[in-house]
Amino acid sequence: MTDATMTYPGSGQLGIADAAAHAGPASKRIVTGYGFWIFILSDMVMFSAFFATYAVLLGKTAGGPSGRELFDLRNVAIETVLLLLSSFSCGLATIAADTRSAKWFHLAMAVTCVLGLGFLAIEGREFASLVARGAGPTRSAFLSAFFTLVGCHGLHVSAGILWLLTMMAQVFAKGFRADILRRVMCFALFWHALDIIWIAVFTVVYLLGSAA
Amino acid sequence: MLGKLDWSAVPIGQPIPLIAGAVVLVAILAVLVWVVVKGHLPYLWDEWITSVDHKRIGVMYTLLAMVMLLRGFSDAIMMRAQQAVAYHSQGYLPPEHYNQIFSAHGTIMIFFVAMPFVIGLMNLVVPLQLGVRDVAFPTLNSVGFWLTATGALLVNISLVVGEFARTGWLPFPPLSEATYSPGVGVDYYLWSLEISGVGTLVAGINLVTTVLKLRTRGMTYLRMPMFCWTTLATNLLIVAAFPILTATLAMLILDRYFGFHFFTNEAGGNMMMFMNLIWAWGHPEVYIVVLPAFGIFSEVVATFSGKPLFGYRSMVLATMAICVVSFMVWLHHFFTMGAGPDVNAIFGIASMIIAVPTGVKIYNWLFTMYAGRVRFATPMLWSIGFMVTFIIGGLTGVLLAVPPADFLLHNSLFLIAHLHNVLIGGTLFGAFAGYTYWFPKAFGFRLHEGLGKAAFWFWLTGFYVAFMPLYVLGFLGMTRRMQHYDVAQWRPWLIAAAFGAVLILIGIVFQIAQLVVSIRQRAELRDRTGDPWHGRSLEWATSSPPPVFNFAIPPDVRGEDAYWAMKSRAREQPLETGEPDYEDIEMPRNSPTGFVCAFFATVMGFALIWHIWWMVAAGLIGAVATFVVFAWRDHDEYVIPAAEVARIDRANLAERRALSYSWSA
Repeated sequence: MTDATMTYPGSGQLGIADAAAHAGPASKRIVTGYGFWIFILSDMVMFSAFFATYAVLLGKTAGGPSGRELFDLRNVAIETVLLLLSSFSCGLATIAADTRSAKWFHLAMAVTCVLGLGFLAIEGREFASLVARGAGPTRSAFLSAFFTLVGCHGLHVSAGILWLLTMMAQVFAKGFRADILRRVMCFALFWHALDIIWIAVFTVVYLLGSAA
Repeated sequence: MLGKLDWSAVPIGQPIPLIAGAVVLVAILAVLVWVVVKGHLPYLWDEWITSVDHKRIGVMYTLLAMVMLLRGFSDAIMMRAQQAVAYHSQGYLPPEHYNQIFSAHGTIMIFFVAMPFVIGLMNLVVPLQLGVRDVAFPTLNSVGFWLTATGALLVNISLVVGEFARTGWLPFPPLSEATYSPGVGVDYYLWSLEISGVGTLVAGINLVTTVLKLRTRGMTYLRMPMFCWTTLATNLLIVAAFPILTATLAMLILDRYFGFHFFTNEAGGNMMMFMNLIWAWGHPEVYIVVLPAFGIFSEVVATFSGKPLFGYRSMVLATMAICVVSFMVWLHHFFTMGAGPDVNAIFGIASMIIAVPTGVKIYNWLFTMYAGRVRFATPMLWSIGFMVTFIIGGLTGVLLAVPPADFLLHNSLFLIAHLHNVLIGGTLFGAFAGYTYWFPKAFGFRLHEGLGKAAFWFWLTGFYVAFMPLYVLGFLGMTRRMQHYDVAQWRPWLIAAAFGAVLILIGIVFQIAQLVVSIRQRAELRDRTGDPWHGRSLEWATSSPPPVFNFAIPPDVRGEDAYWAMKSRAREQPLETGEPDYEDIEMPRNSPTGFVCAFFATVMGFALIWHIWWMVAAGLIGAVATFVVFAWRDHDEYVIPAAEVARIDRANLAERRALSYSWSA
């Protein structure tokens, strides 16, 4: 029924190897990428807690302004375009890394960074204007949930930009080493995942919020 | 400059926390002085603190859990003593202190005993069982451990600087909001759990990736030892549930620090949302701590019955079924919320359904023992004690899952008896079984059997004497967390329960004695075969303690119970005497990243609790900088040359061939 042995390659006492069986530990690249995917999934679970909270508190404006009065969809459209474009340039950076082209890598990462900063600037301005109009996060449960959910995404983008700059510095200083390429891959996964979350923010918070 | 912190934070006027804190401080200082004077510091730093070896990290997790068990148990016996004397009187613990004690007891036992104990054992054993050299992310593993230690440290700092939460082990709003809990107690709770929660998440990601992506040749999913399966299920639950805890506590932090309105009474806040969110994490958490114990019992029962695990595949299915269903029962923690009969009925039925896969497991263990040659070594005693105890706890759980019954028993001592019945009888007995079972693997010598058995019997009887009265008290209408009472009927039962706590204390004393005596007699208790129990899985295929690389040659697995099969083959045909081709082995370098990062996290957490904003910034920058420095290093691996591997392995094989396979068939 059960059968196993220590493999001593070359010792000739192996018996028949099970060709169909598991081939052994995966490569570092796969392990790193896989682990990072698991992290992204856990991050999405965290966001879903904030989304659920937002959905529960959507109508709890406590007599204060609602989403329909506050949201400026034109702004949000610009934010969305900036973020989607930054995902595109991030994709270009991945291709540049694959072809070991430092020049194009740095260019594409710089563009990604600028687009990300642009997104953050617009979001920051939106937050500031809401607070100035007396619609800050302490005004109502709805606004608490709004600022937390959208702000959490914004914090992720900020962290992503710090990571992006670190990766640019690492590639500049050390070149396309295997471990650095694995980090670039994880960064790209992270950046694209933020896009996916933004699509949900755009839909659930802004589109549904403006309709409510 | 120091935020809310001033001399009033130190409990000069309260003798109990002051003396307790002073004793702990003196003990820590004494250990530190001893370490420095004896010149052990370089050894500790090089071999343990900066170690990224999964075995060392596993041992440190377990040690943390056992030290914190002493703290959690001190709280427990203080509460039992208080309730034994507080009939028509205030007892010896004032209410505000008593409230901190029951809050700290629950928090510590769940987060800093149960969690690190099971994560420690998984860390120690799973890579060995999978036949690989390390976990997927060794440095992150160290970070995870040290962040957990940070959380534990912060909880203990609250003993002498400020106060701990008085809200219970889960800080339900609105009581936990700034309005009703203006002190730093809840903040200590929140930040220690946010920080240690990050550590737990890291451990979860690491172990999921390890089980799914790092298995030796031929180790297919359905050949993995059961403990690897429960590890997978547990860590999937960690990855899916702990982010909810992080988010929920973050919302409470925003409420408390910045006046948000998630869970407040006013401005549209919804406190019942906190219940839903916290239990959406909290119920999976129950299975996070008990599933690894199920895995340990599966290993122990099979080994000490000398039989393969009965119904291996049904056990796998049951484990994964529990993993999924555990996310669909959270509402049974608050049937009394008023969600209505239909919602309550659905969650009641789901809660009963989860008893089915658990029952499958119990039968599998019983049938594994059936017709086996059962050896009643200490790990097996814990397993049998578990089976009896856990069935009682499981059945009272099914009773609580009936919503009308729950309306009567909610928040009564019946509930307290039930949860201790499953947590002590399940998780803790499992942890002790695993501790005794794998101790020789980690250190190369067995634990003293006689003292271990004495500890077991005192724990078992102590448990029954301490907690069976609580079921009765629940039926007599006593609610949980009472600082004093005036019902004469309750008193005898509470005195009995206090006596049970004393029996458990004797059990703990025996456990400490067992450890001390075993260390002193380690020469006699030495395990030179690497296989002291006649084990079945791959961790017994290497020496005790294993070399840093675990296996000189990666094992090739061709069925279940891989090591048992190897031993069977070795009996049937002469041992292979040829020399294997040893190769250079790359291992990850040690790194202080985890320790340094946790140092900054401690600074940051403490500063956040006391609103010392400049220190928060310093801690945060330090933690981030630590990671950048880590990312900047050029050599993260070192090579063990083939000749060195051969030297270590030859010594191991020689000893094995001289001693091993002497087990009678």
